[in-house]
Amino acid sequence: MLLEVEGLCVNYGHIEAIRDISFTVEEGSVVTLIGANGAGKTTTMKTLSGLRRVRAGRVVFDGNDITHLPPYERVKLGLSQSPEGRGIFPGMTVRENLDMGAYARKDKAGVAADLDRALGLFPRLQERIAQVAGTLSGGEQQMLAIGRALMARPRVVLLDEPSMGLAPKLIQQIFSIIKEINAQGTTVLLVEQNAAQALKAADEAYVLETGEIVRSGTGAQLAGDESVRAAYLGGDL
Amino acid sequence: MDLGALFGSFDSFLSFTIGGLVFGAIYALIALGYTMVYGVLQLINFAHSEVFMYGTFAVAWVFVFLHGTGSATWDLKQAAPTLLVALVAAMAMSAAIALLLERVAYRPLIKKNAPKLIILISAIGASFALSEAMGLRDRFAGWFGVDNKLANYVTPAKARDVYTNPVTIEPHGLFDIGGYTVTDVDLTIIVAALAMMIVLDQLVRRTRFGRGIRSVAQDPESAALMGVNATRVVQITFLIGGLAAGVAATLYMMKIGATKQSAGFLLGVKAFTAAVMGGIGNLRGALLGGLTLGVMENWGAAVFGNEWRDVVSFVLLVLILLVRPSGILGESLGKARA
Ligand SMILES: Nc1ncnc2c1ncn2[C@@H]1O[C@H](COP(=O)(O)OP(=O)(O)OP(=O)(O)O)[C@@H](O)[C@H]1O
Ligand SMILES: [Mg+2]
Repeated sequence: MLLEVEGLCVNYGHIEAIRDISFTVEEGSVVTLIGANGAGKTTTMKTLSGLRRVRAGRVVFDGNDITHLPPYERVKLGLSQSPEGRGIFPGMTVRENLDMGAYARKDKAGVAADLDRALGLFPRLQERIAQVAGTLSGGEQQMLAIGRALMARPRVVLLDEPSMGLAPKLIQQIFSIIKEINAQGTTVLLVEQNAAQALKAADEAYVLETGEIVRSGTGAQLAGDESVRAAYLGGDL
Repeated sequence: MDLGALFGSFDSFLSFTIGGLVFGAIYALIALGYTMVYGVLQLINFAHSEVFMYGTFAVAWVFVFLHGTGSATWDLKQAAPTLLVALVAAMAMSAAIALLLERVAYRPLIKKNAPKLIILISAIGASFALSEAMGLRDRFAGWFGVDNKLANYVTPAKARDVYTNPVTIEPHGLFDIGGYTVTDVDLTIIVAALAMMIVLDQLVRRTRFGRGIRSVAQDPESAALMGVNATRVVQITFLIGGLAAGVAATLYMMKIGATKQSAGFLLGVKAFTAAVMGGIGNLRGALLGGLTLGVMENWGAAVFGNEWRDVVSFVLLVLILLVRPSGILGESLGKARA
């Protein structure tokens, strides 16, 4: 297993945001977490990147316990994230943002190759390379956030709501790019509101409800599950 | 406006302007420390005035150690080697104090996610502690057995008195602008301050590590996701502010030749004013604010009388903030672009 989460609990003050969460991410797969607003998806993602303090439980990455590792060390190990709300650096150019993605890397040639790869995935970013990122459209910022996360050459990339706020056509495009990223060998952990699309893309899926995992299975299994359909897929798929 | 009538003559207008630029350059270098820390932490480093003050003592001590306590008057050329040693010592001293501050007064509270107000109070406390520690320096010197050598210098009747550098650096005229003779000391101060500012500005704009600083200023959480070690960035920010304050301290001692335990206070307030005027969090704003403040207060002193100098600078601050609350250049370090 590339990533193993065991009994993870995270609090905000006295509020338990996630409780006893366990799941695994196999190398080379696409795994998705779905759930309603406030279920704890973003908290889980931030905790995996080391931005939230763990109250109990463990995070194991490629056999190493990283539960208490600072965020920047996790990036070096090969875990990067495109956060919810994109988190691009508004005052930097597109190019500088992408360079930030490779901040922890020393291999110049590899970084140059990955820059080409990211710009290949998102030709729009190539057109806007010298533009200040704060002036990009929402969709372009989303592309930048994903491209930037890939610049770390991660072994697993965490994508928190990559389709948020995008037009339907662009959502299709983002999902096909996720597939492509995965085909190029990067493991993907995906959080989505857009459950139908996410389940279609996922090998494994977990359903979070008020901080707990209530269901799991392959993407196809959950897409066919009655209660999942009722709660997250609005009935018909 | 008839400048000649206002300032006595056009030549004295020029002379006050250049005099103002000299002080403005020093303000700007100190302002840089305020602005850098603000840009990254959104906190005013109240103890930065002490970082500067320790630098001025380092300069004085270097002169005492290398020259002795007997007074002397040197020209700039003669003083240059000692000044260079003093510069290194002041930069080291101010940087060390800045790093100490970060480690003791800031980091533990930042780690605990303390409210900004608490961190501010901690910095004010650190400022007093540092200032009073300098007042006790003869005690500390005694512990290390150096009180004899420093006797005339370090152990005076009252710790709060002014200490004069044994070596007075006598300025020499280089060339005239209008009727004003620009001296080698003035020119050195302005050039050195500008050079330091340009180097730092380029560092922040062009290098990978400058990008690290800007990323933390713009979005600390995203910066962490990129693999930026925020603690290290904060540390480097304090270090840079300290180094600049050390340069400022050396230039100040060149010009003024004396310091005291509370030397940082007014200069600190002025530099902070300069930083706010230029747009706090903005490196170029610190330079612009510093030079503007230096020149304006010198003009004010010329027109209204020297006792109005400080009044003019603070009235100016209020006026600028009324018109442009975000300062002259406005944008913060966070939004500073390449
Ligand atoms: N910084 C915070 N301080 C306090 N409570 C928080 C904080 N962040 C999240 N929470 C709470 O933790 C719970 C989980 O939030 P989280 O952001 O993880 O949900 P989510 O599943 O990502 O929701 P969404 O789909 O709306 O993004 C929510 O009840 C939320 O109010
Ligand atoms: Mg969320």
